[in-house]
Amino acid sequence: MAQIRYTKDHEYIRIEGAEGVIGISEHAQSQLGDVVFAEPPPVGKMVKAGDPAAVVESVKAASDVFAPASGEVIAVNSDVEGTPGLINEDALGRGWLFRIRLADPGELDALMDEAAYSEYLKTLG
Amino acid sequence: MSDDAIQQTPLYALHIELGARMGPFAGYDMPIQYASGVLAEHLHTRKAAGLFDVSHMGQALLEGADQASVAAFLETLAPADVLNLAPGRQRYTQLLNESGGIVDDLMVTRPPGAEGVLRLVVNAARKAVDFALVRERLPAGVRLMPLEDAALIALQGPLAAPILARLAPGEGLESMPFMSARPARLTEAETFVSRSGYTGEDGYEISLPADVAETFARLLLAQPGVAPIGLGARDSLRLEAGLCLYGHELDESVDPVEAALAWSIQKRRRVEGGFPGAERILSALVNGPKRLRVGLRPDVRAPAREGTVIVSAEGAPIGVVTSGGFGPSIGAPIAMGFVDRGHSPLGTAVGLVVRGKTLSARVTALPFHPHAYHRG
Repeated sequence: MAQIRYTKDHEYIRIEGAEGVIGISEHAQSQLGDVVFAEPPPVGKMVKAGDPAAVVESVKAASDVFAPASGEVIAVNSDVEGTPGLINEDALGRGWLFRIRLADPGELDALMDEAAYSEYLKTLG
Repeated sequence: MSDDAIQQTPLYALHIELGARMGPFAGYDMPIQYASGVLAEHLHTRKAAGLFDVSHMGQALLEGADQASVAAFLETLAPADVLNLAPGRQRYTQLLNESGGIVDDLMVTRPPGAEGVLRLVVNAARKAVDFALVRERLPAGVRLMPLEDAALIALQGPLAAPILARLAPGEGLESMPFMSARPARLTEAETFVSRSGYTGEDGYEISLPADVAETFARLLLAQPGVAPIGLGARDSLRLEAGLCLYGHELDESVDPVEAALAWSIQKRRRVEGGFPGAERILSALVNGPKRLRVGLRPDVRAPAREGTVIVSAEGAPIGVVTSGGFGPSIGAPIAMGFVDRGHSPLGTAVGLVVRGKTLSARVTALPFHPHAYHRG
């Protein structure tokens, strides 16, 4: 079964072997509201953990999506570019943003698993 | 300090009950959106009816012995022709500083059947500044009376007129023309109704006593087609309608001609002047302003937000975006901003610098979405 990890900035990364699929969490999409624009990074770009890698925008505001882990972007979800509302409908599924080849799987240890993220959300009130 | 405490409108408890996501706006804890979200609220208002709590706005009466003295006083602060405002009519105008910059924009109404009275509705974030300015200049015999205990509810959208007609048969509210206003008895409430709004749709703004506001709002919400709408959709609706928002398009450095509001300066005032900054404003009317508010349509899907630098086709900075986002009824990003006048003609190609990239865009006619006012 694929493992999913979260950042404190509400990105997720679903770990699939040596690759990771990145998007924003269910909590993040709900806070953001209707997403009207999504811009994943270009394929081939090297992203670094913690750096802004993608942008999602609601009617009101633009938000950076920070890379949960470092690696090379090997695929992007062109569906969300055309239909950004997929992020609201299915953030963890069809609303994914981009896929990377993990440069250092050890970085994932710093992220929260499902249970820890759920506890973290409670602390945000 | 109690002055710094965040305030609530008379509909606060109702917003909470309706599941609103609340946020601070102009010192008030206001509904930003309800459960259905900004997009759905926006589209609902354009096809049915939206209820907006705008009780945070400043309502006041300006009173004096006779209409001419009250109107003449307001004309010393604002460039509209107030002297010739007919009973039951309202006008959009601006309070100006000595250099012609906009202190606030407001609606001024001459209530029918009253002598020596004007009603003012000003922006929430500016009411303290506005009322202080007015008080400082008040001549003997004219008084400013803020309506502290009045709520303000807007009902906007194509179903607004049939809904009010059903609730108050015989009041004839459906036949009121755009920019008219008068007292009306709506169910149990004595209200003051104007046919105006901030969405580009037909609709009304209803001023009523705070203690009956919640009951009246609940009655409206019980009508088929009425949904509560938050400040998020209020902003996207007014942007599509090409309407200015104080603190964004308008501030004390901007004059009405630059803001493309010259239509709100009637002919007599252009001839006679006599308002603050008349020299600058009348010169801009004749010679054209240096910069001008325009509509902008990006050629791509990325919205350009407030503060985005606007560049010419050659890449030189020519202005800045003052409001920008996504237009739900347009299905595309839209923006307003100020550009040097040479770049203001419709169709001019410009660039918008978003996250370091220059996106191509065009100067576009305002409004983005056609107004649907009831011209009568």
